[in-house]
Amino acid sequence: MTPLLSVRGLTQRYGTGCSACLELTGSRRETNRCPRCGAIVACRQVSFDLFPGEVLGIVGESGSGKSTVVRLLHFDEEPWAGEYRLAAASAADAGGGNLFALSPFARRRIRNEHMGIVYQHPRLGLRMKVSAGGNIAERLLMAGWRHVGRIRERASALLQQTEVPLSRMDEPPRNFSGGMQQRVQIAKALSTRPAVLLLDEVTTGLDVSVQAKVLDLIRSLQRELGIAMLVVSHDLGVIRLLTTRTIVMRYGEIIEEGLSDQILEDPQQPYTQLLVNSVL
Amino acid sequence: MKALRAQVRDALRPGLRGSAFEGAGARYSWAFLDESAKREIRRRMLKAIAIPGCQVPFGSREMPIARGWGTGGLQLTLALIGPGDVLKVIDQGSDDSVNAVNIKKFVQRVTGVAVTTDTRRATLIQTRHRIPEERLDSGQVLIFQVPIPEPLRLVEPSERETRRMHAEADYSRMWLYLYEDIVRYGEITVGARYPVMVNGRYLMDPSPIPRWDLPRLDRAENLFLFCAGREKRIYAVPPHTAVEPLSFEDFAFRVEDFAGRRCRRCGSSASYLDEVLDDATGGRSWVCSDTSFCEKRRRGAGPAEGERPGGAA
Repeated sequence: MTPLLSVRGLTQRYGTGCSACLELTGSRRETNRCPRCGAIVACRQVSFDLFPGEVLGIVGESGSGKSTVVRLLHFDEEPWAGEYRLAAASAADAGGGNLFALSPFARRRIRNEHMGIVYQHPRLGLRMKVSAGGNIAERLLMAGWRHVGRIRERASALLQQTEVPLSRMDEPPRNFSGGMQQRVQIAKALSTRPAVLLLDEVTTGLDVSVQAKVLDLIRSLQRELGIAMLVVSHDLGVIRLLTTRTIVMRYGEIIEEGLSDQILEDPQQPYTQLLVNSVL
Repeated sequence: MKALRAQVRDALRPGLRGSAFEGAGARYSWAFLDESAKREIRRRMLKAIAIPGCQVPFGSREMPIARGWGTGGLQLTLALIGPGDVLKVIDQGSDDSVNAVNIKKFVQRVTGVAVTTDTRRATLIQTRHRIPEERLDSGQVLIFQVPIPEPLRLVEPSERETRRMHAEADYSRMWLYLYEDIVRYGEITVGARYPVMVNGRYLMDPSPIPRWDLPRLDRAENLFLFCAGREKRIYAVPPHTAVEPLSFEDFAFRVEDFAGRRCRRCGSSASYLDEVLDDATGGRSWVCSDTSFCEKRRRGAGPAEGERPGGAA
């Protein structure tokens, strides 16, 4: 089976940096701050594959680099090093090469066509002053839709799917509750039928009953659409519920990976054991 | 001796001879701007013409009128004008408004070129917020005064961000603005300054001309130049370039509707009309915004009817 998305040697460093940064940081050194130059190595040599229809979890404590990985995959920032391939995008682009080497223009197109993202905070993913329908329309407009009637049809279908009342379609999301904002964000991410959905701490900050509803929605959408997902969370409950395979990150490095059940029931690394045992 | 020197000076600057600017002329170059300034502006213009719709920065000079009063258009006019040119200046279609007259007088004073109000006779037309009703041909250049050159300023305050958006042709924010307008009001409410796509690549602000004039920009015979003096930007629409107003498939672009209205003076029903209120009686009537076109029709010398832009209303 060919992977849908594959990442090799993804590395991101913030700060001036020196030649010894990579050597002096990482899980063996128990830090991601280079003691010589003070640069932060947010993630280092991260490699993984995501297969069609698969839900892959990335788990780790705050500062382990999991959100940086998502931001890099969504082209929100430039990586320091690494390769990134997307099966869906390679056909259209010459050579099917490294997406990081493409122009910002080409990357924007690929992102809009093949990727959806749901951020932890709706403010990052939504325009709070533009109507909920308009938020979904933005992605469709970016993809070249030029028929208001059809855009509104698609937006209302998506809002229905994500259980946002249609009567509030033309209201701005700042009038909505946190759970509803998150559902609008999911609808927006799904609007262009992306091949990959990136979920960055989607339930953090919601209360428990709303969390359950949002997770339920994501799970049913995954079953219906068979969309591949990358789920980033520090919450092992979310990982258990959604994912089939999991990567454990620490100090910007992958320290363990395997089937989610295996990792949660029989963790091999001391850090993973600590993580699993410290669940409240 | 003094007279001789003046004679020599005038021989060197033929354009100044006989003009009202003769006395002060020694202190200025021909056409006011110094030669290096003209060269720079011409270079920028060439670049703008080479990339239709793209805003090209330039070093906007101090002019003897205030920024925001047409300094951009004036600099292009002065950089382009030659002794053989015939100049026309209009302000919202009118040849006789104070600004138009003052700019015309100034250019005439520093160059001595002929001026006209006849659109057909002019080789160089500087305009504020209108395109003349009569069709321009390939020998003519229309120069717009532009207050805000950035069409995306409406949706994005940061210059850095709008430049990125132009570079990546990322105009979804503008489209979203129009979509929201339709959702809220049932139609696109943008009047003047309606955003257009030039050559399928750059989103451009056509300056605050009415929507009525936009179809005239599309695949025209003549060159259109735009300049914002305060914002220091030059851009252009070369002849035969596609210019399309943004519109949705189910909400087509429409020009202003003057159905059932005629110009009070010349009777035209196919030109852009201004509403005139009579203070004494409270009655309202309509007159052509383009005064030279209206005048010509009244003399019986002009076109029988104006060319309605874009066919149907």
